[in-house]
Amino acid sequence: MIYRESGDFSTTYQQDSQTFPIRFDRYRYYVVLVIAFAIVPFVINDYWVNAVFLPFLIYSIAAIGLNILVGYCGQVSLGTGGFMAVGAYACYKLMTGFPDINIFFHIIISGGITAAVCVLFGLPSLRIKGFYLAVATLAAQFFLVWLFNRVGWFYNYSASGQINAPERLVFGVPVTGAETAPWAAYLFCLVFTVVCALAARNMTRGMQGRQWMAIRDMDIAAEIIGVNPLKAKLSAFAVSGFFVGLSGALFFAVYLGAVEVGEVFGINKSFLVLFMVIIGGLGSIFGSFAGAAFLVLLPVFLKNVLVGGMGWPTDLVEHLQFMIVGAMIIVFLILEPHGLAQLWRVAKEKLRLWPFPH
Amino acid sequence: MPDQLVFGMEVFLNGLMAGVLYALVALGFVLIYKASGIFNYAQGIMALFAAMTLVGLMEGIVPFAHLINTIFGTNIHHFGWHAPALLAILLTVLMMIGFAWIVNVVIFKHLVNQEPIILFMATIGLAYFMDGFALIMWFSDIKALDVGLPQGINAAIDEATFQIFNYGFFIDNLDIVATIVAAALVFTLIVFAQYSKQGRAMRAVADDHQAALSVGISLNFIWVMVWSLAGFVALVAGIMWGTKSGVQFSLSLIALKALPVLMLGGFTSIPGAIIGGLIIGVGEQLFEFAIGQPFLGGATQNWFAYVLALIFLVFRPQGLFGEKIIERV
Repeated sequence: MIYRESGDFSTTYQQDSQTFPIRFDRYRYYVVLVIAFAIVPFVINDYWVNAVFLPFLIYSIAAIGLNILVGYCGQVSLGTGGFMAVGAYACYKLMTGFPDINIFFHIIISGGITAAVCVLFGLPSLRIKGFYLAVATLAAQFFLVWLFNRVGWFYNYSASGQINAPERLVFGVPVTGAETAPWAAYLFCLVFTVVCALAARNMTRGMQGRQWMAIRDMDIAAEIIGVNPLKAKLSAFAVSGFFVGLSGALFFAVYLGAVEVGEVFGINKSFLVLFMVIIGGLGSIFGSFAGAAFLVLLPVFLKNVLVGGMGWPTDLVEHLQFMIVGAMIIVFLILEPHGLAQLWRVAKEKLRLWPFPH
Repeated sequence: MPDQLVFGMEVFLNGLMAGVLYALVALGFVLIYKASGIFNYAQGIMALFAAMTLVGLMEGIVPFAHLINTIFGTNIHHFGWHAPALLAILLTVLMMIGFAWIVNVVIFKHLVNQEPIILFMATIGLAYFMDGFALIMWFSDIKALDVGLPQGINAAIDEATFQIFNYGFFIDNLDIVATIVAAALVFTLIVFAQYSKQGRAMRAVADDHQAALSVGISLNFIWVMVWSLAGFVALVAGIMWGTKSGVQFSLSLIALKALPVLMLGGFTSIPGAIIGGLIIGVGEQLFEFAIGQPFLGGATQNWFAYVLALIFLVFRPQGLFGEKIIERV
């Protein structure tokens, strides 16, 4: 009854084109922000931050990035893990090379570096399409992981081949390293996630986003109506790379603290992020969050119920989780190709007519 | 003759043998892609599943033993019999046919007319599902597979090359068997596709779904048949790789090795898969031998095939033998 446009009059063009046209949605959005920024940091503890909130926020950024590439521009990439590794190693080199600069800038610059690498590997997309391209991005995945494994310069010739995040402060509070308080790490990632989501949302509904979607729907037709495929495709790769690089940098610096590249940024990471995008919904920013939340919570849930509650061995639960995720992908592709986001949209449509649907 | 050149020749021969195995996996991809336009990422896991089933049947391992033990607190492992290899292979083939049927009825019947990329993602989902399923069904330990194939160094070649170059080449007997089997398999498949009724129907479906449907060819039957054939090829590949390095999870990763082979050879060409496989097999071994090991720190096999295929695709997007890609608005 409260969820409808009636009575909410827009008097300016600005009001007419706002992100949330329904008043209830707008207030809900502010409430979510207030809860996320002002309440959650005071109530969370170490377990919740490390098991749920940090992976959720960081994967959300990666999923938004991949969604721009796959869902909006239609260029399937299986190299996400490799690009996250670029972000992580760029961040590590910057952190150790320029220790006086604030880590905020390090992470943003690592995003920029990843964007450049991503554009480089996106160049073939102008010639090859569809899953030819998907397979071609695997080249990026394997090459980058190999590069970070073998070339000592990237891990500062450390004996273990690992990279470790040194302690860095933001406003006098440590956000990386062993001394980090859970709330500090959480807030640090939250800022990035919110800004990324806002930027992505506004980019995708502007001219840039429409060009991407035109390319996705049919690239030859888009070219005929005046979309420059070179610019559109490479900009999608760049923006996607930037987000993925950010998430890789955060994943390494804030979440894990120490990274061994083959283990953390392997091909499975690429698939995981792709699954988030598929389950959440191709071409939807909300879907990226929903998919990330789903795939972060599922293992935690299974672990708590089956391992903690019923005492099953972990390997069995892990295999079961593979089966569930695989089955979910197939079910979603068959029944609801637009993912959780579409379910959410349908629910909202129903809600607008409720309680008098006729 | 200089030593380096002789070593290089040995590397070349071993690369050829490895290439045959890649081609064997790639063959399964091509079959399904030609007939249904589905790029089956699950081909590798099908090989793992087939090999695991074969071992399980031969050793008499109880399926889902781990799960059953966990739920009911029992302690069962084996039925206590050992099946002969031939019987087990026969049963596994039946199993793969059943698998093909289920996959088509449950998944791909509902995805007809979807975009290829959606189908591709569905097969990634299938691969994940099968991953978990195979490991729950047969447990994740490494199993030795022995169906009586010869293994070890081939003494005759060792002897002969020692006579000529004063250095014996190390060529595995298994690789030679694999080469012969692969050649026989390709020959049979080509004969089947060219001369049998079902083979002709298969090519008709590959050419044009609707036209094939209109002359009375059952798409469902052809798809199940093609998936069964791919399952059979997967079993052969699984036996070869499983005998070589044990049946274990990493077997499913051979799918990743076969992808660049396909890109190089073209997705729609059976000879392309073979030649692509040989090029990749030889190329990555020689690159590792000549450049990777001395200058780049080794382990270049991980990415060389992909980068080669990527560079190649930029110049010829349809691959070596693929059909020309024509696009219309």
